[in-house]
Amino acid sequence: MHRSLLSAITLILVSYGISLPVAAESLEKRVMQVAEELRCLVCQNQTIADSQADLAIDLKNQVREKLAQGMTEKEVISFMVQRYGDFVLYRPPVKSTTWVLWFGPFFLLLSGFIFLFIKLRQRQSSIEILSAAEIARAAELLAEKSSLKEFQ
Amino acid sequence: MKRFLLPLGIFLIVLFFLGAGLRLNPREIPSPFIGKAAPPFTLTQLEEAKNNFSPQDMHGKVWLLNVWASWCAACREEHPVLLDFAKRGAVPIVGLDYKDERQSGNKWLAQFGNPYQLSVFDSDGRVGIDYGVYGVPETFVIDKQGVIRMKHVGPVTPAVIKEKLLPLIEELNRA
Amino acid sequence: MVPELGNLSLILALCIACVQSILPIVGSFRNNTRWIAVARPAAAAQCLLITFAFTALVYSFINNDFSVSYVAANSNSLLPIYYRFTGVWGGHEGSLLLWVQILAFWTFSVSIFSRQLPNETVARVLGVMGLISVGFLSFMLFTSNPFDRTFPALADGRDLNPLLQDFGMIIHPPLLYMGYVGFSVAFAFAIAALMSGQLDAAWARWSRPWTLVAWMFLTLGIFLGSFWAYYELGWGGWWFWDAVENAAFMPWLVGTALIHSLAVTEKRDSFKSWTVLLAIIAFSLSLLGTFLVRSGVLTSVHAFATDPRRGLFILLFLAIVIGGSLTLYAWRAPKIGLGGKFSLFSRESMLLANNVLLFVVAGTVFLGTLYPLFLDALDLGKISVGPPYFDTVFVPLMIPVLLLMAIGPFVSWKNASIEAVLYRLRWIAMGTLLFSIIALLTQQTSAMVVLGLTLSIWIVFATTSHVVQRLRQASAGDSLWKRISNQPRSYWGMIFAHAGIGIFVVGVTLVKGMETSSDVSMRVGDSASAGAYNFTFTELKKVEGPNYIAARGTFEVTQDDEQIATMHPEKRFYTVQKMPMTEAAIDRGFTGDLYVSLSEATKDGAWVVRVQHKPFVNWIWAGCLIIALGGFLAASDRRYRIGLRKREEARTRTAETLQPANAIS
Repeated sequence: MHRSLLSAITLILVSYGISLPVAAESLEKRVMQVAEELRCLVCQNQTIADSQADLAIDLKNQVREKLAQGMTEKEVISFMVQRYGDFVLYRPPVKSTTWVLWFGPFFLLLSGFIFLFIKLRQRQSSIEILSAAEIARAAELLAEKSSLKEFQ
Repeated sequence: MKRFLLPLGIFLIVLFFLGAGLRLNPREIPSPFIGKAAPPFTLTQLEEAKNNFSPQDMHGKVWLLNVWASWCAACREEHPVLLDFAKRGAVPIVGLDYKDERQSGNKWLAQFGNPYQLSVFDSDGRVGIDYGVYGVPETFVIDKQGVIRMKHVGPVTPAVIKEKLLPLIEELNRA
Repeated sequence: MVPELGNLSLILALCIACVQSILPIVGSFRNNTRWIAVARPAAAAQCLLITFAFTALVYSFINNDFSVSYVAANSNSLLPIYYRFTGVWGGHEGSLLLWVQILAFWTFSVSIFSRQLPNETVARVLGVMGLISVGFLSFMLFTSNPFDRTFPALADGRDLNPLLQDFGMIIHPPLLYMGYVGFSVAFAFAIAALMSGQLDAAWARWSRPWTLVAWMFLTLGIFLGSFWAYYELGWGGWWFWDAVENAAFMPWLVGTALIHSLAVTEKRDSFKSWTVLLAIIAFSLSLLGTFLVRSGVLTSVHAFATDPRRGLFILLFLAIVIGGSLTLYAWRAPKIGLGGKFSLFSRESMLLANNVLLFVVAGTVFLGTLYPLFLDALDLGKISVGPPYFDTVFVPLMIPVLLLMAIGPFVSWKNASIEAVLYRLRWIAMGTLLFSIIALLTQQTSAMVVLGLTLSIWIVFATTSHVVQRLRQASAGDSLWKRISNQPRSYWGMIFAHAGIGIFVVGVTLVKGMETSSDVSMRVGDSASAGAYNFTFTELKKVEGPNYIAARGTFEVTQDDEQIATMHPEKRFYTVQKMPMTEAAIDRGFTGDLYVSLSEATKDGAWVVRVQHKPFVNWIWAGCLIIALGGFLAASDRRYRIGLRKREEARTRTAETLQPANAIS
């Protein structure tokens, strides 16, 4: 039953759901890609792709022009950084001051899992010593739980 | 049981930064041009379309480049301060009429007075972008070698002139 | 007169909150039953007084009392009456009053639905909530009073921000605040437990339904905010990683970790110190959000008028509440026992992994949101951290979350065998893998799209399969409906929430990977295209609304020369606030939206028009709603319903006397 259901749905999804054509790497698409990386400086907190402020439109035009002239995306972005500084980049450059920003999350993940693993190992080996009161409480809880099981 | 103190420790550090953040202005953006040569350009003058101007013309002088426009409300606010400052003759001020119509720019100067030694006309805002202009008015202080030494975003006020501009201009003139 | 009464009742509420936060807590330590008994009436009185104040502000809005500065700043006589009502929470002061109102409401609810709890516990819980109320009431009264008057009164108000003149904005703040503030209940329970030193499964059972309800509201609040931004801001974005969104998303992530960890604490009496810490952090992040939005330390699309004095006040409050509770935690937590044992591979360890992952994701959002501030404070430069950063970092962190989410329910408590779980999931795993290989080979889509779809299929199918397997195991003679209704609601809650995530991921993946958008300069008669759709600009006319004038365009949309929609985007100009607004036209559909917005008129009379096709975007919202439904189902599980509980306990007691051996087994 699982097999037929799955293959049917897989087929439907593959043939219908995601059969939209992929837009070519047109100039406009490249402009938007660059524009999504850049901050609109006069706005509260928006990319120049999203913003309709005058400056954002001017900058988008600049991006379009430079890309049409044959500049690469990277060159256009550094053109903007030269004029407006790192602040204009929504993707901060990786350098010593942003190491924590870029590698922090993965460091956090790694240490989280190491911590988790150590804890679980410790817990496996540790023997619990219960006080008399705790045993009584445990029995009470068990009773409560088994009563609940009836209704689950 | 030091590990139970860890959350408190982290919180205290965050608290310190939040406190420091209250005294900072997140909207103030440093210009990457400070200490760098002013980007070259050649533009026509606002009053006389026949005449050109480029920053090299000011070589050997300390000068201000003030970005303004007739459509800019904050420029109106700044204008009397600049007029007053120009009268003192401490420093030549060059205007950059940014994304404007030539006629309305000239009309604006005729109506409210002209503090500028001359104004250049940047109709499509290209030079503005080259100078990293994002909010009009902006004011650049450029030294004798053509290096940008300071940038002020927003209207120049008497306090800004007294505390920031004048001391810097005096120092640069001595050099 | 009415505003003064409102003000007076706020002052009285503050006095009562002070009493409520001191007497019951002190009484609970001194075994003074009379002091303990103060808690419930105080909560009721406070709720009554604040509701009165809130009504007074509503009254001032409805009656256009522009002598009240807050009303003058956020309303106008031309404003339709329902927006005058919602204008109450359209600005800083009023939204703060809404905050306090909702806190009072939660406090009152706790005081009512806590009859089965020991009186000391109730006293402490209500006391802690009273303390929070003291902080916010004094913040409002000392720095941001909504009842301040201006003399002379203005002839008319400055109008409500046009962005907020919308149905979504009527309900978004109340829902969001229900979530934010709702976490204060879990927080208060945690603090009460730390005070008593008694952290056990009973504590987890008490706070779990409250946390679930708060989490459900927060989910709905975030959903509505995103939904609103999509249609109201006029450029088709739905999530921007803006500081204010992150401020809501962080408590949501930690809250999600918390409801999972509470499950373990309730069922297995484990993770106790961790669960308490999560409860503290979830609410702390809610408070931090309040600070970020109202102090102006970060630039955000959503900045209330900022004032450093307000920032300082909240910061001081944060220091007391969060610092105090973390100190209490550091003092008490070491004495909390480990609880039930479990092996390296078990439901417990899976849930702990979920907690670690969600916590790391929340930590990442925190880091990204505050990093510009950190660097600036250390004078290391100004940077911006925006969507490109979050997308890059967030996606790899979410992959293990989504992978494990499907497996978790199959893993049994205490001790599970990897082989058994793999066996149960083998068809789903193979099918999902097959799908991704076929999709990669036959479809010209990016690997990201395939990855996203693979993960969502994995989740949805594994979850469905869990239901099927579970229903099969149910007693043979029962009808299907009987089998379904025999499962506890909390089970269905989990199933819905997980499936909702799967559907949400479909939407996000396809919108991110397949949307087409173009900005085109158009005159009446011109055509433009987005994806397979052709948009023709057929008409432009001027229309007038109650407090705005607008240019209204008509666009005929065709696909393969067949007409499929007529759309009417508007560009409005709100005359009082002198603010232009883009009202996008959206043609919603199951497999995607068409989106047209008028950006602006160019000097030569043409319009810059943004035409977009947003495939499967509605699946994002559908996913959110299903997730919230999951939260609702879990919270309404019969074991949390007091009346039922009492009856069941009575029955158990009889059963125990009859068959004591059976009860303990």
